Amino acid sequence: MTRWINVEVRHRIIVAGLWSAAAATLAVLALIIGIVLWNGLPMITWSFLLEAPKEMGRAGGIFPAIVGTVAVTLLAIIVATPIGVGSAVYLTEYTSESFLTRVIRFGAECLSGIPSIIFGLFGFIFFVIQLRMGWSVMSGGLTLAVMILPTIMRTAEEAVKSVPESYREASFSTGATRWQTVTQVVLPAALPGIVTGIVLGIGRGVGETAAVIFTAGSSLHIPTSVFSPARTMAVHFYILAREGLSMPHAYGTAAVLVILILAINVTANWLMLRFRAKTS
Amino acid sequence: MRARRGEALIERVLLFLALSAVAMLGLIAVFIFLQGLPIMLEHGPGSFLLGMRWAPTKGGFGLLPMILSSVIVTLGAMVIAVPLGLACAIFLSEIAPRRVANLVRPAIQLLAGIPSVVFGFIGILIVVPLIRNYLGGPGLSVLAATIILGIMVLPTLISIAEDAIEAVPKPYKEGAMALGCTHSQAIFGVMLPAARGGILAAIILAMGRAVGETMAVIMVIGNAAIIPQSPLDPARTLTSNIALEMGYAAGEHQKALFATGVVLFVFIMILNSVATLRVVRGDRR
Amino acid sequence: MTMTVGDAKPPGGSPEPRPKVLVDRLSVEYDGTPALKGVTLPIFRGEVLAITGPGRSGKTTLLRTMNRLIDRTRGAKVVDGTVRLDDSDVFDADADPCLIRRRIGMVFALPTPLPKSIYDNIAFGPRVAGTRDSDRLDEIVEKALRDAVLWDEVNARLHDPALRLSGGQQQRLCIARALAQQPEVLLLDEPCSGLDPISTLKIEEALSALKRDYTIVLVSHNTQQAARASDRTAFLLMGELVEHGPTGQVFTNPRDTRTADYIEGRFG
Repeated sequence: MTRWINVEVRHRIIVAGLWSAAAATLAVLALIIGIVLWNGLPMITWSFLLEAPKEMGRAGGIFPAIVGTVAVTLLAIIVATPIGVGSAVYLTEYTSESFLTRVIRFGAECLSGIPSIIFGLFGFIFFVIQLRMGWSVMSGGLTLAVMILPTIMRTAEEAVKSVPESYREASFSTGATRWQTVTQVVLPAALPGIVTGIVLGIGRGVGETAAVIFTAGSSLHIPTSVFSPARTMAVHFYILAREGLSMPHAYGTAAVLVILILAINVTANWLMLRFRAKTS
Repeated sequence: MRARRGEALIERVLLFLALSAVAMLGLIAVFIFLQGLPIMLEHGPGSFLLGMRWAPTKGGFGLLPMILSSVIVTLGAMVIAVPLGLACAIFLSEIAPRRVANLVRPAIQLLAGIPSVVFGFIGILIVVPLIRNYLGGPGLSVLAATIILGIMVLPTLISIAEDAIEAVPKPYKEGAMALGCTHSQAIFGVMLPAARGGILAAIILAMGRAVGETMAVIMVIGNAAIIPQSPLDPARTLTSNIALEMGYAAGEHQKALFATGVVLFVFIMILNSVATLRVVRGDRR
Repeated sequence: MTMTVGDAKPPGGSPEPRPKVLVDRLSVEYDGTPALKGVTLPIFRGEVLAITGPGRSGKTTLLRTMNRLIDRTRGAKVVDGTVRLDDSDVFDADADPCLIRRRIGMVFALPTPLPKSIYDNIAFGPRVAGTRDSDRLDEIVEKALRDAVLWDEVNARLHDPALRLSGGQQQRLCIARALAQQPEVLLLDEPCSGLDPISTLKIEEALSALKRDYTIVLVSHNTQQAARASDRTAFLLMGELVEHGPTGQVFTNPRDTRTADYIEGRFG
């Protein structure tokens, strides 16, 4: 009898421990977001968002960094999405499992494991130097595109795979070609899943620093073309924090970043829920 | 017939796009190695991998302190992340009621989305002063990096480990409990051993992420190119080695940084391949 | 493509006209396992041919080979023989599977509406074939829905999602979708399985109107339905064509004992 009680007690303790682990993790998350928002939200005013920085960032706003972030991330998405979705379509609709498909998937897996500093090195030597693009939105965007490609490929493939086979059968039986089936039936049905992948890619891109700082540069000017250098918010924040230039401004930038990430995550989750609802 | 030729062309274009991921991987490897390997071979890999002095402008290319620091920081991060992460993974797949799980999981994804510079910032604000005031030393230390990294790799570890545990067939657990085990005995005695392939993969992949982390580490580790004698000492990892000096390095110095990149790249490739192979083998069982 | 000579139904006693579709010594395997063994079966223009037999006889395989949907099944291989549509080999190297599928339409056992509106489901086929003119599309959609006996039920809500229709309506939608391509042959694979008796009746009603203008091949393991709806019947068992002939004769006076056994319910 006592032995049974001990076992039960042990079980209860373990379960309590597991609950605490989850609670501790959530607490850490709350702490991080809390500190950043508590100190940073007051800094977010219209002038903060729309003005250029003054005195190297000690005063003024972060507008050029916002523009830089949008430019670099947008370019990355524009380049990575067709490649990622095209690959997913090829793997699912045009071939069956083979050595080739395993190689492709292995390549994407490896690519997703490469640290961002290596992407920074590569982007620097390849885009900035070799292709003579210099520190620019172009170099940064292309480097970021390679970084988020695996994410988009993976989510797009999942999305395309989960389109019911009956849709394809119906389409083919009316005489549609494979490409017609892909563009008129499969992709529209997979769209929420694909967009989720794009949103996740944006999330990764927005927070990226190491890859961007060596490719897009850190100029404080608003980029006027894709070949101008630019500074993203993450880079700006890093410089502010590292140089200790202005705590309030650092907090403010961090707060904008965190809010952006929050919005992106919520959107991605909502999209995924909609997608699951549609396909089940 | 023209439609058929169009279809064949489309297929070729898509194949080209699909190969681009592999091509990119190859391109990255080629360029990093092209820049970093010659200098390593010129001075001998030994002087890089085993050398103790890092003074690249004066011919000192010893990466050993950085390699050791990377290893120590990574292992330390695992000490934090593995128990905590496994516990969360078990919690999510076995213990949590559905509604709680549906709140916790997105929260963990959110943790994954927080930029590393923000983690580093929090490290500077909270962890470093705590260490400095209560444990001594400059605060910027191996310990600080370990703690921050441990938290950063949690989401990776949790999600892969959770998948591994979810994949264990329900009858294993139910069979054990029908024999009179408590739920937790069934988890630890039956499910975790059954999931050990995937859990190991989760740990290895998390290690890969930890080794590759740059920005957060730079901000809290102190950046001294020495072999740390205690967790309170500052140090420098392979990643911070590159990131810190890349901004102003030129010529041989720059090539030496690429050589650091080569070492890092090989390290990560080995880790990731081991993890991927394990997942494949684990699934087959 | 040659024009067929003589395309009337086979009257008793006259010389056999050329069939619209000829299954010619067809053998199909899935990863080495035979599914059809040397099946030779003519299908004549304007008739309703029922193909019956127990499960796993190869009935679905036969249909899918006729319109080359078998191309999409991994592991499936035509190891011998072929299918001829109006005397030309559908598996010929120059043959276009898309064109064949427009000429030979198909309806599956479970309703397979596309996640689009009712209108767009029906218009999908013509659009894919190149028809753009919206008036023409409206005409096609209306005719197809009328022929499938669905027009009265949906004409007020053509732009509603097709997935909101009932099972029986969805199946008639699929028939209409196939008809919109104005196929020469219509293949129906167990179209009433999973449907309630009223929907089944409506579909049989639609089929009896359609036989005027189309050649119909109806797969059904329900022998009474086969007897009701068809002019000729073929009996398939384990990949072999046991016998075929006018429905009346096959049901009342089958030549093969296996046919008799199946019809009388002794197996299957």
